[in-house]
Amino acid sequence: MPTLNLSGAIRLLVLLAVFLAGVWSQASGLIDEFIFYLPDVQYLVVQHLWLTVMSGCLAILVAIPLGILLSRPSMARVAEPAMQVLNVGTTIPTLAVLALSMSFLGIGTVPAVFGLFVATLLPITRNTYTGLKGVDPALMEAAAGIGMSPTQRLLRVELPNALYVIFAGIRTALAINIGTVPLAFLIGAGGLGELIFTGIALYDTVMMLAGAIPTALLAIAVDMLIAITAFLLVPRGVNPSRA
Amino acid sequence: MIRLDNLTKVFDTPKGAVTAADHISMEVPSGEICILLGPSGCGKTTTLKMINRIIRPTSGKVFINGEDTTSLDTQDLRRNIGYVIQQIGLFPNMTIEENITVVPKLLGWDKAKYRERAREMMHMIALEPDAFLKRYPSELSGGQQQRIGVARALAADPPVMLMDEPFGAIDPINRAVIQDEFLKMQQELNKTIMFVSHDIDEAIKMGDRIAIFRAGKLVQYSEPDELLAAPKNDFVESFLGEDRALKRLNLVKVRDLASEEIGLVRPDDTLADALDRIESYGYQNSIVMVNDKRQPVGIINAAVARTTQGHCRDHYQSVPVVVSLDDDLRKVASLMFANDMTWVPCVDDDGRIVGQVTQRAITHHLGSRYRAHSKREGDASAAEAASSPATKE
Repeated sequence: MPTLNLSGAIRLLVLLAVFLAGVWSQASGLIDEFIFYLPDVQYLVVQHLWLTVMSGCLAILVAIPLGILLSRPSMARVAEPAMQVLNVGTTIPTLAVLALSMSFLGIGTVPAVFGLFVATLLPITRNTYTGLKGVDPALMEAAAGIGMSPTQRLLRVELPNALYVIFAGIRTALAINIGTVPLAFLIGAGGLGELIFTGIALYDTVMMLAGAIPTALLAIAVDMLIAITAFLLVPRGVNPSRA
Repeated sequence: MIRLDNLTKVFDTPKGAVTAADHISMEVPSGEICILLGPSGCGKTTTLKMINRIIRPTSGKVFINGEDTTSLDTQDLRRNIGYVIQQIGLFPNMTIEENITVVPKLLGWDKAKYRERAREMMHMIALEPDAFLKRYPSELSGGQQQRIGVARALAADPPVMLMDEPFGAIDPINRAVIQDEFLKMQQELNKTIMFVSHDIDEAIKMGDRIAIFRAGKLVQYSEPDELLAAPKNDFVESFLGEDRALKRLNLVKVRDLASEEIGLVRPDDTLADALDRIESYGYQNSIVMVNDKRQPVGIINAAVARTTQGHCRDHYQSVPVVVSLDDDLRKVASLMFANDMTWVPCVDDDGRIVGQVTQRAITHHLGSRYRAHSKREGDASAAEAASSPATKE
């Protein structure tokens, strides 16, 4: 085939590899073993997502208003110190956050949601704040100069122009969130971590993968979902992906 | 009408209080463009921004059409003042139509009315509505964006406009075009406009009046011709530049100093007559030949007239240089220099010769104002010496 180009060849090779992997896993009985875990996976995925949705929504609901509040001119004095505190907060490992929240709130869903909420809060707040602060001062002057009230300026100029950066924050935060939920198993909140950690403990690769692969797929799916939402919600004029 | 009454702004900085605008009092009559001009940091922008309270005045008042604006709500005040800034500041998240209709929407116009208004504004700034209204600012060139910026400011038809170096970020060629368009619009709209600039040529071109600022103080507030003819002090003089007499050429029209007296020949005249007239009118090297309608058809050269016999109709050359009554003296001077002439015939709209402009008339016109000025200054200093400490006007 003289007309076959490089990307076509690569695509063909990838398809071939996937096919061979499928053949191999079927032949070695791996697929059957996975199917054995299917009911567990279904139950745990729901639990996993539920933890993400609860902590994620809570974080978005708190972080965006917090970021907006800190970006107001009247808060200029406290905003930078507050952002520094949040930045330091980001460096605390999420496992440590979960451990800390367990020591205050005990075990179960509540401390897990709280720990995940704290870990998710920071990137969203930071991006909201940075995004709003990054709006061109000339735009703000124009908006003020033509007679928009502070609220109108926020809703019609600042937020639409910062939205892309805010969404980037939500994307990062939820990626961290989904990836951290397996740790929630350690403080008794369930989720796909149950299969992963039990798999590790029992040295059962299939069990471990039955937890790890859905976790990875969930992370990708959520990331895509946020990307699509951003694509649709961010106004076309300030949306790099729709330029 | 915009009237500023002792408008003052003091900024508190770590290095102490800085007076950015010091008791500025001035009045811009309705329908005129007033240019605030000065070096950077002179207080011109501060003064402008105090009018719509982007900067809050420390003291002093602003009157718009006779009404003290101090008691007005800030948002209401701003919605009734068009505002154009150098950075343009179109909202990138909104379409061109949304940008233009922002103020009408804030004022609560109904949808049909403001959409119609957007199309009207696009026609006014000479951009095709169907091609542009649904696009976003980032898809437009700088010049187009600033046209939209002006349209946005004018959309709610405010009586007053503030413009902060509106054309400063546009390349020189486009700038001249936009300036011309804007002046044309202003002829119809008759807005009262305050306009900050640091470009003396722009000020002379655009301004009905020019206010020169220095270190927070209003130094001189005059019409452009007056400013160039009679700068109040050395600072103004040096700011205007050493070629300020030449800059005045832009401001004077041929109409102002054309004399009706002009020497002409007709095709039937002899070359001897032509030579006579060249000498009696003091033309050095040529004279214009006109047809029956007094339209110029050519010139007779003195050298030819001197050495040749015959009628003018057989010995004329090319179409002569002419200017119209509405041309400015800059063009006249340029033509004189380019063609080595000391006079230029001027024609009316039908192309008939109605008179001439001489180099002498130009230099006299420009010079008379200087002489009057230096005389007045002499008187003033004499008076001051007699009764010091006299207060200045």
